Amino acid sequence: MSLGPAEVAKIAHLARLAIRDEDAPAYARNLSAILDLVAQMNAVDTAGVAPMAHPLDTAQRSRTDEVTEFNQRERFQAIAPRVEAGLYLVPKVIE
Amino acid sequence: MEWETVIGLEIHAQLATKSKIFSGAAIAYGAEPNTQACAIDLGMPGVLPVLNREAARMAVMLGLSIGAEIARRSVFARKNYFYPDLPKGYQISQYELPIVQKGRLSIDLEDGTRKVIGVTRAHLEEDAGKSLHEDFHGQSGIDLNRAGTPLLEIVSEPDLRSAKEAVAYMKKLHQMVVYLGICDGNMQEGSFRCDANVSVRRKGDPQFGTRAEIKNLNSFRFVERAIEFEVERQIDLIESGGKVVQETRLYDPDQGETRSMRSKEEANDYRYFPDPDLLPLVLDDDFINAARAGLPELPDIKKQRFITQYGLSAYDAGVLTASRELGDYYEAVVAALGGEPKLCANWVTGDLAAFLNKDNREIADSPVSAVRLAGLLRRIQDQTISGKIAKEVFEALWAGEGDADAIIEKRGLRQITDTSAIEKVIDGVIAANPDQLAQYRAGKDKLFAFFVGQVMKASKGKANPQQVNDLLMEKLKG
Repeated sequence: MSLGPAEVAKIAHLARLAIRDEDAPAYARNLSAILDLVAQMNAVDTAGVAPMAHPLDTAQRSRTDEVTEFNQRERFQAIAPRVEAGLYLVPKVIE
Repeated sequence: MEWETVIGLEIHAQLATKSKIFSGAAIAYGAEPNTQACAIDLGMPGVLPVLNREAARMAVMLGLSIGAEIARRSVFARKNYFYPDLPKGYQISQYELPIVQKGRLSIDLEDGTRKVIGVTRAHLEEDAGKSLHEDFHGQSGIDLNRAGTPLLEIVSEPDLRSAKEAVAYMKKLHQMVVYLGICDGNMQEGSFRCDANVSVRRKGDPQFGTRAEIKNLNSFRFVERAIEFEVERQIDLIESGGKVVQETRLYDPDQGETRSMRSKEEANDYRYFPDPDLLPLVLDDDFINAARAGLPELPDIKKQRFITQYGLSAYDAGVLTASRELGDYYEAVVAALGGEPKLCANWVTGDLAAFLNKDNREIADSPVSAVRLAGLLRRIQDQTISGKIAKEVFEALWAGEGDADAIIEKRGLRQITDTSAIEKVIDGVIAANPDQLAQYRAGKDKLFAFFVGQVMKASKGKANPQQVNDLLMEKLKG
């Protein structure tokens, strides 16, 4: 399976990655190689093999429902580019 | 051309836990911005989510209540998209293996029939933060307190055929999650909100039409209006030669219309994959049985019990089981009175409900306790007061003037049941109205009501109405 420049551009956009046009062919080649590997694995007969959701063969730990975190807003907001009235400010998002 | 509407609902219920689904931050509503957003909620590097067991238990409770399959093994997945109120760049959700699968919920339709609506799935996920678009010097403000709040997304089959059915389903589910105590159901605060997938097709067409998704409907009324508008829009579009495009639309309650969201950015390409930070969620029998043991009596079962145990009409039973609190209150009244379930039902669904409604109060905040209401009903039952006087006593109860007996004493409302006393009043009324008496005796039967009214007035409403009727009948005969 091979990806073209348009697909590379779409994937990059979805991941919000800025890539240079001249790098696109290399990305296309490398991503296609990964898909080829997947295609190769897809050819294996996996009937009767349960899909693996995680390489660790164990189950999720859980916690009891308790509030254990306290307010550290000032510390978190000290590294934010801009804050006001306790809010993080970001470039305008319009719906 | 006859058209058929096809609707499926995705309902997001915020789970009523104390802490978030993957962190120990509080989820109290209305806190100062960003004071309940910890390193995990902010997606700081190096943090790991740990599942809140209570959220899983609540999801299982819903699953058991709608006859669903509970997945012994479910998997958390990342739903990837970029928005400032989603700090990690992905939402932790469940995709291929949700915790609850294949349930059903029956709704009562207006014509009195029942319809079973399939529930495809319910999965656990985290809520996003909130974006505030008021002017912050041309920027948006982000409050991440809500980020990481546990949500149960409940997805219906496309089984709903009208806006009314959609609302009935949504109300039923709302009642269910509130009964279960897994969601506070507060729609103004966004604890229970709905996306509607709406399409139309020609009647008899086996294929579904192209659907539009209407986002973020947070009231029953908006759901109904938005769907009605959308159905109309799609039919008009097709009949005028156009085509419905699959897109996300927003409902504008002020204009009463749905509008397309920027469809270019709405590339629904979320690239789900299993979240490597979270292992599969495995539930054993003990966990599921414990959740089952914690289930309350469910609304439909309670309603049926009220019909058989108390001899109530389906309508009254439905009203009284609308919420757990109301049902409990009613049963407390019946227990305190020791019977007369119909009388109790009349008062709880009548005067009490009217007063609650007028003061915009919930049953839990009723100033008249079940025991006090029973105290009033006991005095109706033993004929100390008439039903009419009881309304006056109830008002005083509501105003906090003590219990019914004290009010009856203080205001001298005790019913007159002494025959000779009532006769005296009747004699006075007859003597004062010789013309009416003559007309009555001449055959004008309708004047009987006039005499009853005069006697009741003369006794300040305290004469026992049944005795007044009987005695008056005798006396007027002459």
